[in-house]
Amino acid sequence: MSPPLVEVSAISRSYAMRSGMFGRSTAVHAVDGVSLTIAKGETLGLVGESGSGKSTTGRIVLGLEPPDKGEVRFQGKPMAAAGTAAWRAQRARMQMIFQDPLGALDRRLPVATQIREPLDIHGLGTPAEREDRVRELLRAVELTPAHGARYPGALSGGQRQRIVLARALATKPDFLVCDEPVSALDVSIQAQVVNLLAGLQAQLGLTLLFISHDLRVVRQISNVVAVMYLGRIVEIGSADDLFARPEHPYTQALVSASPAPGRRSAGRIVLSGDPPNPAARPSGCAFHPRCPRAIARCASEVPALAAVGGNRQVACHLVAGAATRDAA
Amino acid sequence: MPQLVSIAGLSVAFSGVPVLRGVDLTLEKGEALGLVGESGSGKSVTWLGALGLLPRHAQVSGSVRLEGREILGASAAELDRVRGGRIAMIFQDPASALNPVLTIRKQLCEALALHRDLQGNAVKAEARRLLDLVGIPDAARRLEAYPHEFSGGQVQRIMIAMALAGNPDLLIADEPTTALDATIQAQILELLSTVRRELGMAMVLISHDLGVVAENCDRVAVMYAGRIVEQAPSNQLFADPVHPYAQGLIGALPPLDGPRRRLVAIPGTVPDPAHMPSGCAFAPRCTLAAEPCGLAAPSLAPIAADRSVACIRAEASRRALLGVAAE
Amino acid sequence: MGRYFAIRIGRAALTIVLVVTFAFVVLRLSGDPALMILGPEAPPEVLAAFRKAWGLDDPIWFQYLDYFGAIAKGELGRSMRDGRPAIELVLERIPATLALTLPAFFFKVALGVPAGIYAALHRGSAIDRAVMMTAVAGFTVPSFVLALLLVLVFAVQLGWLPSGGQDSWRHAILPIATLSLGGAAVLARFTRSAMLEVLGQPYIRTASAKGVPWRRVVTSHALPNAAIPTVTILGFMVGTLIAGAVVVESVFAWPGVGRLLVVAVANRDLAVVQCILLLVAMTMVTSNLIVDFLYGFLDPRLRSKGAHA
Repeated sequence: MSPPLVEVSAISRSYAMRSGMFGRSTAVHAVDGVSLTIAKGETLGLVGESGSGKSTTGRIVLGLEPPDKGEVRFQGKPMAAAGTAAWRAQRARMQMIFQDPLGALDRRLPVATQIREPLDIHGLGTPAEREDRVRELLRAVELTPAHGARYPGALSGGQRQRIVLARALATKPDFLVCDEPVSALDVSIQAQVVNLLAGLQAQLGLTLLFISHDLRVVRQISNVVAVMYLGRIVEIGSADDLFARPEHPYTQALVSASPAPGRRSAGRIVLSGDPPNPAARPSGCAFHPRCPRAIARCASEVPALAAVGGNRQVACHLVAGAATRDAA
Repeated sequence: MPQLVSIAGLSVAFSGVPVLRGVDLTLEKGEALGLVGESGSGKSVTWLGALGLLPRHAQVSGSVRLEGREILGASAAELDRVRGGRIAMIFQDPASALNPVLTIRKQLCEALALHRDLQGNAVKAEARRLLDLVGIPDAARRLEAYPHEFSGGQVQRIMIAMALAGNPDLLIADEPTTALDATIQAQILELLSTVRRELGMAMVLISHDLGVVAENCDRVAVMYAGRIVEQAPSNQLFADPVHPYAQGLIGALPPLDGPRRRLVAIPGTVPDPAHMPSGCAFAPRCTLAAEPCGLAAPSLAPIAADRSVACIRAEASRRALLGVAAE
Repeated sequence: MGRYFAIRIGRAALTIVLVVTFAFVVLRLSGDPALMILGPEAPPEVLAAFRKAWGLDDPIWFQYLDYFGAIAKGELGRSMRDGRPAIELVLERIPATLALTLPAFFFKVALGVPAGIYAALHRGSAIDRAVMMTAVAGFTVPSFVLALLLVLVFAVQLGWLPSGGQDSWRHAILPIATLSLGGAAVLARFTRSAMLEVLGQPYIRTASAKGVPWRRVVTSHALPNAAIPTVTILGFMVGTLIAGAVVVESVFAWPGVGRLLVVAVANRDLAVVQCILLLVAMTMVTSNLIVDFLYGFLDPRLRSKGAHA
């Protein structure tokens, strides 16, 4: 494996949430001790439900928010402090794409202008070279210069997401964080964008952090997948293997909950209870109140992420290997 | 089996722009029908139009019969008896589907008072029973709560309880789990299939998610640009889709197991209802389109006892799927 | 829920403190009261004696507290014109003003709210367009123009009603009509848009889908929700009960608080002006408080969230 481009070590982030103007503030642990490495040219998929901390993790990795604890290293170097020149230089190497392309674009500007904007900001090339680069980027996302002259309102959802992608690629970044980039799109358009992203990744050697609640899309694009629950990684492993043989009870429930054509719902694991509230985190393993297999120990002791063979790591007292290692 | 609902030639236009262009659909008692399609395909509009729930500027035409009785254009009083009493409906966005200023008890008891012959304490007892049935714990106390005090999944359970209040013969579930997390989606789908089984109720499940529809329905109708393009039993549709659009939808879905392949994306985008292509609406995006496709819109024609498809290239499409060289 | 109200009351009290502080600062900024009252020719020893008598040479924060104490006791100074306490002058004008503004408030609500609801329910109809046109005319035409127009038609041309004064109930008709029409127009437009917003909400469709007759959907599902924004504008109207008739009282020579204010300003009668302004601030704050209470009553989301707003 090539050396990691991005190394995330034990990052945590909590927010103070107040229950009113004079209410006591409670700490909400959005991200709690997350470690990840992403090898150059590979894709790490981050899955989880709302409140799992996957988006916060993405923002920290990109330096949009500082972690309370832990560290993010990019190309072996720690992230520069936000706002400094070093940070800006680093930021040009990494970009982000969000779920809502319309919100990410300015409705009052032609989209080509918006693709050129990062080039202007970072002062890359002469004006003529920038124009060439915009045309090249439009071609790369399979659009024409005619599309570039339009305003965001005159494009479809899929086309807008292509524009956002083109803009993100303008500075030739090495690393792209994609937060639910295709979730708002219809299936047929989603497939277009996923194919495009996969193609560009192969062509440009991009490294991706791909955040999504959609297991199918994540599997399609990722080499390694990490499953998050209430701010922690509960399982991580290679994409094909993880979805074929999930070990953590939560991953098993997620995989089983993903509907598949040609399969009836018999034998599905249906978890009881509501999605967890980060402000009221259960003791021990955060998943234990909903876990069909929970034992007494799960309520008192937080399971650590431990290797169970291959490149799989699981944080569960009940998974052989993890349990023994944890006890040791 | 007798037909519960039969829809014929249902069309809807908003300010002269057609969004539903002649839908024919029948539903048997106790049957679960899935309606899939992308946004703007008309799957929700079909049922909102059939039940008179569209805004006044919508022009609705065609026929909707409930056990043989025409309900399209029926009197307001008759429609009010049908809605909630015979055909109930639940919607996508649980957060805004319940009235924020009324307690759950008010909203649930309102439905009971309208459609059931219950008085006084019996109404409240029945409301409690319904909440129990849909899995809301501590029903007696929770009845006095307001919608914002529940999570999205719980609100959808309450919506289901409200829909069941009138003992309907048919439940229309319009994207009931789209706004919910995966594990909560699984809970709601399980609840729907349990109550359906226990009450012998028919269901129409409207979804953009092929997987959700495939797993929960006996029969599936695929909609595109305001028309049904293919209708088939679920297992057959997913194993052997005939319409190129149905094939495209299934090919575009990333697999969860087995080898990874490049997704088969459908090129282009859904046509603008105000500028529909002539002939088959899918032709401009269809890899199998031939010259006649642009001439007239194909009608839904049977290709087997329980299957029909609206495509003049159905044979070619089928051969393409089976890997036989077309023509 | 208790906390929601406690916070609102605290906030209202804070606003009043700020208003009083503002009045104090403005009064001190407007110059040395001793010089202003005694005139620049007054001998220095007289000025010094005056300052000592009124506590003007005390430290500023001491004067500030003193000022507060006086206001709390209702001592707002004396009118420079006839030497009577300013508060008395103002209080005796209030009934006359309320005789106009209370009936006008009633008519605004009675006309504006139903017209707005009707227009929303029959959006795009001839009646909706008529209501909207009247409403636009109603709040683009300034009240003095409307007042003069009414006088021209009903007093001068037709001779049916008196054009000014306060001798009988007939004298009140034109001023009340002037006040009502403008307010009703504002209220109609506001109610209409609140109602349209609510009618487009998914829960209205839910109610229809469960078989609730349309009339009941409107009365028990739409109206309680549309009431929430409408209450804001009603609260504002309550706030103008005391001082909302300045122009109309002047046009119709009606001896209310508004007219007193105009006269006091013209005569530089500072104590009276200050007294009226404080009174107006108090009514505004009180009406805001009432609106907040009504919000809490109408919207359960605010009650449980308490202080989030």
